[in-house]
Amino acid sequence: MSGTSYVIKGARVLGEESRDLYVSDGAFAEAAPRGAKVIDADGCIALPGLVDLHTHLREPGREDAETVLTGTRAAAAGGFTAVHAMANTDPVADTAGVVEQVWRLGREAGYCDVRPVGAVTAGLKGERLAELGAMADSAARVRVFSDDGHCVSDAALMRRALEYVKAFGGVVAQHAQEPRLTEGAQMNEGELSGVLGLQGWPAVAEEAIIARDVLLAAHTGSKLHVCHLSTAGSVEIVRWAKSRGYPVTAEVTPHHLLLTEDLIRGYDPVYKVNPPLRSAADVEAVRAGLADGTIDAVATDHAPHPVEAKDCEWAVAAMGMVGLETALSVVQRTMVETGLLDWAGVADRMSARPARIGSVTGQGRSVATGEPANLVLIDPAAARVIEPGALYSLSHNTPYAGMKLPGAVVVTLLHGSATVLDGRVVER
Amino acid sequence: MAKRHLLSTADLTVDDANLILDTAQELASVAGRAIKKLPTLRGRTVVNLFFEDSTRTRISFETAAKRLSADVINFSAKGSSVSKGESLKDTALTLEAMGADAVVVRHWASGGAHRLANAGWIRSSVVNAGDGTHEHPTQALLDAFTLRQRLGSVAGRHVAIVGDVLHSRVARSNVHLLATLGAEVTLVAPPTLLPLGVEHWPCASSYELDPILPKCDAVMMLRVQRERMNQAFFPTEREYSRRYGLQAARMALLPQHAVVMHPGPMNRGLEISAEVADSVRSTVTEQVANGVSVRMAVLYLLLGGAESAIGNDEEGSAR
Ligand SMILES: [Zn+2]
Repeated sequence: MSGTSYVIKGARVLGEESRDLYVSDGAFAEAAPRGAKVIDADGCIALPGLVDLHTHLREPGREDAETVLTGTRAAAAGGFTAVHAMANTDPVADTAGVVEQVWRLGREAGYCDVRPVGAVTAGLKGERLAELGAMADSAARVRVFSDDGHCVSDAALMRRALEYVKAFGGVVAQHAQEPRLTEGAQMNEGELSGVLGLQGWPAVAEEAIIARDVLLAAHTGSKLHVCHLSTAGSVEIVRWAKSRGYPVTAEVTPHHLLLTEDLIRGYDPVYKVNPPLRSAADVEAVRAGLADGTIDAVATDHAPHPVEAKDCEWAVAAMGMVGLETALSVVQRTMVETGLLDWAGVADRMSARPARIGSVTGQGRSVATGEPANLVLIDPAAARVIEPGALYSLSHNTPYAGMKLPGAVVVTLLHGSATVLDGRVVER
Repeated sequence: MAKRHLLSTADLTVDDANLILDTAQELASVAGRAIKKLPTLRGRTVVNLFFEDSTRTRISFETAAKRLSADVINFSAKGSSVSKGESLKDTALTLEAMGADAVVVRHWASGGAHRLANAGWIRSSVVNAGDGTHEHPTQALLDAFTLRQRLGSVAGRHVAIVGDVLHSRVARSNVHLLATLGAEVTLVAPPTLLPLGVEHWPCASSYELDPILPKCDAVMMLRVQRERMNQAFFPTEREYSRRYGLQAARMALLPQHAVVMHPGPMNRGLEISAEVADSVRSTVTEQVANGVSVRMAVLYLLLGGAESAIGNDEEGSAR
């Protein structure tokens, strides 16, 4: 993995003064290694490789939408060096066998560290705990557990899951959606849902679960992570929980940082996602929450779907958007260009903190001698119009088609090997 | 009318709406003739694409198209390839290949007609014949036509729309159109059956019916599905009927000239009593007849009719 050595000329680490970086044997080195390849990073920002807490790689089961290989290539193209593969595959990642399979596929692909997420309940059914310990002890060393796509709505089951994962330092990542309040829900509940005649997904259905779960986290002293938080009220609850010192972390998706429900007026299912796109006030609140650290991480919720799943009526369309290859650009647009975060802040929210939440060793570290060479170089002055057909992901359900977004990933290094060079994924 | 589709009454200007209503008025005279056919759309194909059963609406559109001499194809999702899983897209591509000039679409999903019109699958005109709980524009147009006929005008009139507004495409289309035409609208429903944000709609709303009735020129009763009660929207049919149903005693609160409307099919005894439904105030059967005229006007105008709808044709020359 660490055959090639590199000299990276003139990179601005975390946006600071430009300097040269040296990479050999998979780590950052003190001096230029003999025979090193030179990468011209003039004008580029260098960040530690990005870590995604929330990726749907679809394998096993839906290889028509994405595979571990295609998904991790897309991740590398987006500047990621580690992804957490969500458990809602077919079969569900609720046994040591399935998580080890996904982990092994990730290693064979070699584009990212793939960290499988284990299901909290067997079959994601919300009835009884999956063998969490077996998944933790497996070669995949699972530390994040989630029924994502479904909420662990049973309070007693959620309590036990939180308690149980303490044994191996795990965290329960909750998809916060009160099921009875969201039966048949199609979009954010508000004035627009009333006008469009689409059944509402009220903010309270998310906030009620988060409120319950932060109290359970406090009660059990266990780690709760809130997936794809999307409302102003959710930000308030997490802010309150953190002010009390509760062991709670939270993530927001790029699409909830940029897009609002107004896009749904034309009923184009490319904008159908769960949780739904919210109001402009919610977008403002999640940006503020990410800026002040209430929200710990940006997580893509990369959710690939085949064409036919979106080329249909709104009501029958699948929920979700691809996001790995656009996440950094969206964060640059919504957080950096607005002055809400500097590049060090971006590194914190997209690399350091998600790595810590997921207990990912060797990721989310600083760009310093001796540290593993997981790195992304970004040209912040670049601008690109998003073309769905040009994405590395097997699926093209991006809500940003035709949109001009800032920034481009030029180079990604994974443990010292290039997965992206000159803005293109390296074939292996 | 410069528009290619009729998807929502919110897209209609006051001029568009009046043009449709005036054209419908002209076309209504055809219904009184021995030969009820005009050659206006001869050689054009109108497809009735129904993903949801509605014999009344389909027959109304079919009659309208046939009176304009269009070729009519009925394509029902029930018992056809659609129910076996053929997608809206593939159905649309089939219709495109068949050379449909207009597709009249009824869909159980909100936005079904928008998708058909805007996804780039077909070039034909799309008429929304009801999409989920979103809109039913020709119903609102025929209601406005009926109001004009009975009351002489729509502007300045006060119309109450009563019942399950939350799930009603008829209510949404009527609110937009009546506001455009200058009527004053009050929605009356229990709080559970009013959409969130209704205070931003171009109308008033009320949880009580009785105080509204004395100032109404028309009351439009919406169909209430009995299943709603199982989802806790209201406790029992009896309670709903007592609070929001229109019976003879309550009808007496209306001014002398006021009319009672219902888009059908009615739940007699639930939202409307038989006595009210059959009274002289009721416009229910006129609404059905007017539906044909309004739908003729819509098809005629969307398919390129620029001149007077019945001005210079053979059968019309006897006029
Ligand atoms: Zn989720």
